[in-house]
Amino acid sequence: MQANDPKNAISIRGLTKTYTNGFQALKGIDLDVKENDFFALLGPNGAGKSTIIGIISTLVRASSGTIQVFGQNVATHVYETKLSLGIVPQEINFSQFEKVGDIVITQAGYYGLRGELAKQRAEKYLRKLDLWEKRDNRSRMLSGGMKRRLMIARALVHEPRLLILDEPTAGVDIELRRSMWEFLQELNRNGTTIILTTHYLEEAESLCRNIAIINQGQIVENTSMRKLLDKLARQTLIFDTCDELKNLPVFNDSDIQCNAIDSHSFEVSLSTSRDINGLYAALSDQGVLIKGMRNKTNRLEELFLSSLKS
Amino acid sequence: MQANHIYIAFETILIKEVRRFTRIWLQTLVPPAITIGLYFLIFGNLIGGRIGQMGGYDYVDFIVPGLIMMAVIQNAYANVSSSFFSNKFQRCIEEILVSPVPNYIILLGFVAGGMARGVAVGLIVTVMSFFFTSLHIEHVFLTLLVVLLTSMVFSLAGFINALYANTFDDISIIPTFVLTPLIYLGGVFYSIELLPSFGQWISALNPVLYMVNTFRYGILGTSDVNIVWALFMLVVFSAGLFAVALYLLRKGTGLRQ
Repeated sequence: MQANDPKNAISIRGLTKTYTNGFQALKGIDLDVKENDFFALLGPNGAGKSTIIGIISTLVRASSGTIQVFGQNVATHVYETKLSLGIVPQEINFSQFEKVGDIVITQAGYYGLRGELAKQRAEKYLRKLDLWEKRDNRSRMLSGGMKRRLMIARALVHEPRLLILDEPTAGVDIELRRSMWEFLQELNRNGTTIILTTHYLEEAESLCRNIAIINQGQIVENTSMRKLLDKLARQTLIFDTCDELKNLPVFNDSDIQCNAIDSHSFEVSLSTSRDINGLYAALSDQGVLIKGMRNKTNRLEELFLSSLKS
Repeated sequence: MQANHIYIAFETILIKEVRRFTRIWLQTLVPPAITIGLYFLIFGNLIGGRIGQMGGYDYVDFIVPGLIMMAVIQNAYANVSSSFFSNKFQRCIEEILVSPVPNYIILLGFVAGGMARGVAVGLIVTVMSFFFTSLHIEHVFLTLLVVLLTSMVFSLAGFINALYANTFDDISIIPTFVLTPLIYLGGVFYSIELLPSFGQWISALNPVLYMVNTFRYGILGTSDVNIVWALFMLVVFSAGLFAVALYLLRKGTGLRQ
């Protein structure tokens, strides 16, 4: 795909960054993210994810290479590209002494919105992120999860076409994380392109359609989530039984391996290419009543680690 | 960026800055009023009576313009250096840097905030001076012009200080070791005519001398320096510091990696 393809929300070509201390954070990144995509950028700590986001948001200067946002170069079309961008950084970066409502309304002002329009936008996103009741509180009084949601509300107040979130759910409890996922999915359905970096691989698997894995400043995988997950050769399933297991189930298939976990559960390992209906039939024939089943490992985690190793 | 959007962005930064220093008025507006009030009381009323006249005026009348200017200088500088560095320290400066606000508007917004505090404190101190002396302003327009230009110069200097600062110590070093000596040796408390010729020549290199004396001329109608030359110097300092600050901002000094 060409760098100036208007269907790309972001096109990155030959991006490198060497910090003044000599550390080479990016070693020639090429990356396209399509408009309306929900894209995951994964990588271990120090891989270069935040540096890419820093360069897109102009907080970090690239050593070489170009970035285009909706077909416009961020270096030459500063106003247009920044207007299209909403950034949710990894670390809290609002004044701890300002009121929640003021933070969002002030941000609107930086984008040329004021008065009733700025107040309406602030109310809209503070309500969507369950922060409206806290609008008159000082931001330092918010919980960690609320602070993260405030940064999302702030990034959305000018209604950008592209939202970039750098580990938005870090340190957020599971219930809140799920509600943030729903909000982001709704946003994406309504046309906002979303790029997400996360350490929660389950998050990327649940939300994102396409994925890139970055390691030591280089893209080591760039594909759709489906294709990436299809690469997994085997999966391990854990079965919980209704009754105590007297004998381990037997499967007359060399591809299937079965191991006991405890008196009421066992695990079965088999190829991902085959269906699992036969497993249930075999278990039923042997009188094993199944109460529940789950995947043993996060599948994406396996792929992530194998990508980094390779 | 469209002109009205640029204006809204400037207004937003200015309002945020004014909201900041009025929110913490006990730290920003009250201390200079108390300090300068004590100067009026001790140097003006108690000691001033024994000193007699200075430059043809009662000593308290002579030092009032200098003390007002001292308050304006210190507060304009402190407002921008502490606010901008605090924004850097808390990383909330990134809110502006990722937005489409042009660099010159960021600079103008913070400088206008510093000028607002400088003028506010100047007004408070001026009102206080009425309790110690019967102040009469000879040249109102010139007085206002000098206050605005001086607060702009020191707001710009505070901005540059904050760009380079990495710790809170870095924003207190310049006021302590540079600004305070310049102010005290800038003719706030004495006329440079009292100094030997070498001292007068050294004093002529001190920019604060021109600000204090031009302001004193605006209020009392007397000055140790040429007013036109002093105004020219103020404009040159403002333009020079603005250019330096904008260059550093564009370069990303202390802000962008």
